[in-house]
Amino acid sequence: MAAQQLARGLGWFSIGLGAAELFAPKKMSKLIGLSNHATLIRMMGMREIAAGIGVLTEETPAKSMTARVGGDALDLALLGAGLISSKNQRGRVLAATAAVAGVTALDIFCRLQLNGSSQESTTINTVQSVAVNRSPEECYQFWRDLANLPRFMQHVQSVQVVDGRRSHWVVNGPGGSTVEWDAEITDDIPNEAIAWRSLEGADVNNSGWVRFQHGPAGHGTFVKAHIDYEPPAGKAGALIAKAIGKEPGQLVKGDLRRFKHIIETGEIPTTEGQSSGPRTAVGRLAEAFDRA
Amino acid sequence: MKANCWYGKEDVRVMDVPDPKILNPRDAIVKITSSAICGSDLHLYDGYIPSMMAGDILGHEFMGEVVETGSFVRNLKVGDRVVVPFTIACGSCFSCERQLWSLCENSNPNAWMAEKLWGHSPSGLFGYSHLVGGYAGGQAQYARVPFADVGPLKIPDGLEDEQVLFLSDILPTGYMAAEQCNIQPGDTVAVWGCGPVGLFAIQSAYLLGAERVIGIDRVPERLRLAREKLNAITIDYEEANVYDSLMDLTAGRGPDSCIDAVGMEAHMPGLLYAYDRVKQALMMETGRPIALREAIMACRNGGTVSIPGVYGGLLDKMPIGAVMNRSLTIRTGQTHMHRYMRPLLERIQKGEIDPTFLITHRLPLEEAPNAYRTFRDKQDECIKVVLKPHGGASLNGNGYRNGASGNGSGH
Repeated sequence: MAAQQLARGLGWFSIGLGAAELFAPKKMSKLIGLSNHATLIRMMGMREIAAGIGVLTEETPAKSMTARVGGDALDLALLGAGLISSKNQRGRVLAATAAVAGVTALDIFCRLQLNGSSQESTTINTVQSVAVNRSPEECYQFWRDLANLPRFMQHVQSVQVVDGRRSHWVVNGPGGSTVEWDAEITDDIPNEAIAWRSLEGADVNNSGWVRFQHGPAGHGTFVKAHIDYEPPAGKAGALIAKAIGKEPGQLVKGDLRRFKHIIETGEIPTTEGQSSGPRTAVGRLAEAFDRA
Repeated sequence: MKANCWYGKEDVRVMDVPDPKILNPRDAIVKITSSAICGSDLHLYDGYIPSMMAGDILGHEFMGEVVETGSFVRNLKVGDRVVVPFTIACGSCFSCERQLWSLCENSNPNAWMAEKLWGHSPSGLFGYSHLVGGYAGGQAQYARVPFADVGPLKIPDGLEDEQVLFLSDILPTGYMAAEQCNIQPGDTVAVWGCGPVGLFAIQSAYLLGAERVIGIDRVPERLRLAREKLNAITIDYEEANVYDSLMDLTAGRGPDSCIDAVGMEAHMPGLLYAYDRVKQALMMETGRPIALREAIMACRNGGTVSIPGVYGGLLDKMPIGAVMNRSLTIRTGQTHMHRYMRPLLERIQKGEIDPTFLITHRLPLEEAPNAYRTFRDKQDECIKVVLKPHGGASLNGNGYRNGASGNGSGH
């Protein structure tokens, strides 16, 4: 986690530095002792901002940290070239070079740390909660009827109840594929909690629990779900991991939100299929992104 | 059907679009007989509300006739005449149970977007960007109304469209703005902005027992209406210093309550306006809180600042020190429509409120693009535009007045 924090700090640093380079290239140019390279500095600023946004928005910022290290190398090369030219103030360029070298060391350190942490485990896990204006009993009963799950779990195509404990799941995978598994309920505390895990031979090993707890007076039920996915090794596994893992928190949060909508109102709010004027190409793209 | 669609800054077009369909069991389809343009639509027109998409159908003040109902809608039947509230609410969540209808937890399908910008999501709204659901709006011949078993208010026979249309937004909005002031006998209430919401706030403040109401604007016909029709004291902010005038009227104490019925696109003479205008254009703030700053500074110690004006995101230079050190109360929110519609309908039926006084323009839907410009630029003494998507059948003899004709005679 320390590496993630460091990465965030460096991400913001990138955006700050990038903004200064982009909007005040002449001042920056002067500050680091290079004479009149406004366009070049502006381009460096744009690269800096892109790297910063990448580091801040990716769940695992390793790739963008690699980009940062690459960018540092580029900056160092430019400053090196600047040292040779006689038009520039050598003292300032030297100072800037030293500063960039320091940041580069930090970037490399951070990138290596991130590398370490990403290899620790391939399990994707997430915990999400939602407050539901119904009793724990109603929430439990709705969830315990597993055939209800596809109504609010976006990627679940069907859940077939085999017997009191076992069920068969069909889930939408990447690129129109489906993945399947058998699951069993491992713990079932009526009106309080349900825990489950996939059985041997699952396309994706997974397990989880959901808890239905009385909120404070007037606050309904606090529903908390914990879900673990362990994608299999190999290319297919990586694809599945990517599909589930892009935003596992958002996915589960969305599912819980739909659970709330259905149990409170009997339906899920939507605008899909409503009228609109002709969408432009950009608008359609944005819409596809919203729905993804 | 025909619908007025948003295509960008200052670009709205009346287009042929597919008729709306029932999408959920609690939906209804309403054939729209009257629809209005709201001052807050101008923030969309001017491009200040993020997450609009080309093709979005505008409009959130509308009424009409039920033509189809979903399988769960039992309280409405085909042929019922209804006014539709602009906030969409389920009626059964935590917020709805507490009468906080505009904070319904089940009506915004894009809640995750709103959570990113505002921390939590309010309810869905008609025709007011994808942040609040991206629902197709009511400047159209038909609209799909979600949770139709909860929102639409049935209108008894004998009332004209124009008498009840504003129950869809601006009348409850002006009323809630005044109610939030917790008006006591002897109170002076100052209202920034004498547009439709400001005018209804003035009227409501008197109804709720204010001793004096002061209207602040710069548009002569609006100030005249506030003064002559509603009995307000008026201040033209281009003629007089607002703070000094208010202190003069209250012996230096300040108004007991201040209402900002202007919102994010305020105007004022001078440098501070230029400062905010530039920052807003550069996206460094999303609103120009000029009226709000002034309202906070003028309000008496321990008073209330009520904000019905729309703000989208971030503001700069808010005098929070004045709020804290002088024990001010700030009350705001999108209107909790369902709380007010029925009581206000009763007041209209009893003749205590006649909301038609501010209508200046009655136009066919096709005229919407011109009407937006006329309204935004306050040309032709425009105060409130009512659009008639199916022709003027229910007009009470006034006929259309074309916004471009500029005869300027008022209503």
